[in-house]
Amino acid sequence: MTTSAVVLALAVFGASAVEMVEALTIVTAAGVTRGWRSALEGTMVAVLVLAALVIAVGVPLARLVPINVLRVVIGALLLVLGLDWLRKAVLRASGHKALHDEDAIFAKTVADLSPGSAKEAGSETAGSWRHGRRDATGFTVAFKGVFLEGMEVVLIVITLGASSGHLALASGAAACAAVVVCVVGYLVARQLSEVPENAMKLAVGIMLTSFGVFWVGEGSGLHWPGSDLMILVLVGVFAMTAFVLSLAMRRLGPSRRAAAAGSVPTE
Amino acid sequence: MTVVVRAVAAFARFWKGFLIGDAPELFVGTLVFVGAALGLRHHGAVAVVLLPAIVILFLAGSVLRGRDRS
Repeated sequence: MTTSAVVLALAVFGASAVEMVEALTIVTAAGVTRGWRSALEGTMVAVLVLAALVIAVGVPLARLVPINVLRVVIGALLLVLGLDWLRKAVLRASGHKALHDEDAIFAKTVADLSPGSAKEAGSETAGSWRHGRRDATGFTVAFKGVFLEGMEVVLIVITLGASSGHLALASGAAACAAVVVCVVGYLVARQLSEVPENAMKLAVGIMLTSFGVFWVGEGSGLHWPGSDLMILVLVGVFAMTAFVLSLAMRRLGPSRRAAAAGSVPTE
Repeated sequence: MTVVVRAVAAFARFWKGFLIGDAPELFVGTLVFVGAALGLRHHGAVAVVLLPAIVILFLAGSVLRGRDRS
């Protein structure tokens, strides 16, 4: 296995794990409040739709589009995604943005979905579909949670897999992460807040940014010294950058404008 | 609104959120980076140093902008 294949598998695994933690929070909340059958059915349908998307879009993309064009476009997409994850992770690590609190999200989703809640009463599917032990609200919430969180994973699987010819490896790494998160989530009894989500997001952001820079360079005709090994160098450079930026931001503190507003946004 | 129009609107919203989101400067930085990569592809050593530097510059700018908004 080449260096790029190993880093690719790690990047997809990490990205998938982060998104699956968020999806698992929503599915668990839907399962606890609306019944596990509908929540698990919603999850299964979403996973099937996401897998169909990978096959329908990823395979033709890898076969029909010229590899260098694919690498530039895909590298640019990875760069946008990676830089956004990196930016948010640095802001969270330095205290300029609130950490993603899975416990709070779980509690809010449970409150919203509990029978009799204002949000549940106002939903289009409230009260419907419950006769045959199925619950439309539970199904829809679980489906939306897994589908929306999984879309970023699908994009990463397609972009990384198609540009490097490792679509099967990327899909396998994403599936492994989903299984690992489900098993760990079950074992730790819903204590998803214990997962070091920001550190994982930081690591994945570094890897996606490195891949983005590497693929855009390769696709545009640049020959990186050391070929695939350059990915590791880029990972080191961006890890160092994130570390220095986090330290600097911690020392800087909030800007005058932010201090005057007195808020720490969560998104 | 028809189902098709709603689907297209949701698709457009998804890509706008994905590409631009709340940090449009990173989207601009990526376009600058792709332009620089295409322009510097025959300048090996310079490109190897400059391309990651462009990314670091835009990331640092975006993080500082995030501090202003926090």
